[in-house]
Amino acid sequence: MQQTRELQWEHDFDSTLERARREGRHVLLDFSAAPM
Amino acid sequence: MYVDPDVVEFISTNFLPVRVHVREQAEEFKRLGSRFEAQWTPTILLTDPEGTEKHRLEGFLPKEDFLGQLTLGLGHSAFAHGDFAGARRWYDDVLERYPGTDAAPEAQYWTGVSEYKETGDAAALAATAGRFTDRYSDTSWAKKSAVWKS
Repeated sequence: MQQTRELQWEHDFDSTLERARREGRHVLLDFSAAPM
Repeated sequence: MYVDPDVVEFISTNFLPVRVHVREQAEEFKRLGSRFEAQWTPTILLTDPEGTEKHRLEGFLPKEDFLGQLTLGLGHSAFAHGDFAGARRWYDDVLERYPGTDAAPEAQYWTGVSEYKETGDAAALAATAGRFTDRYSDTSWAKKSAVWKS
């Protein structure tokens, strides 16, 4: 059976941006109204 | 969309994903929604590592279109940082992997611009305009490139 891999969402933009700066990564910021 | 294995893989590889829920995180949405002028959901922003917006998607897209737009956005980010060779790789990815999406003619346009910026050779623009006679000729990107025809 294939295992489903889920996206690991962060919810704190500021701390994620600090990490992005440190690691040289891009950020995908999703403004959503979907059920959490 | 975010449960599709290809989408999960692409985002996990290329981005740090942050979700801000308009109701569950109302204050955060108010703050960031104002900062980035997000007025609708879903609004999906690609930012560079400094938090500067490089690409924006509003509304839902099918998987191929979504991945095409994310790839295009990475090209735009590389372009904005002067990495024209890197930008071309992302744009070429769009053309190769997502040729049937709206991202493709835009990528075809910008890969020509990237080559020109990289080499200074205006023949890259003329060649790009020529490609639009064969492919994506009925798009706005073809119109924009028509001025380059030699």
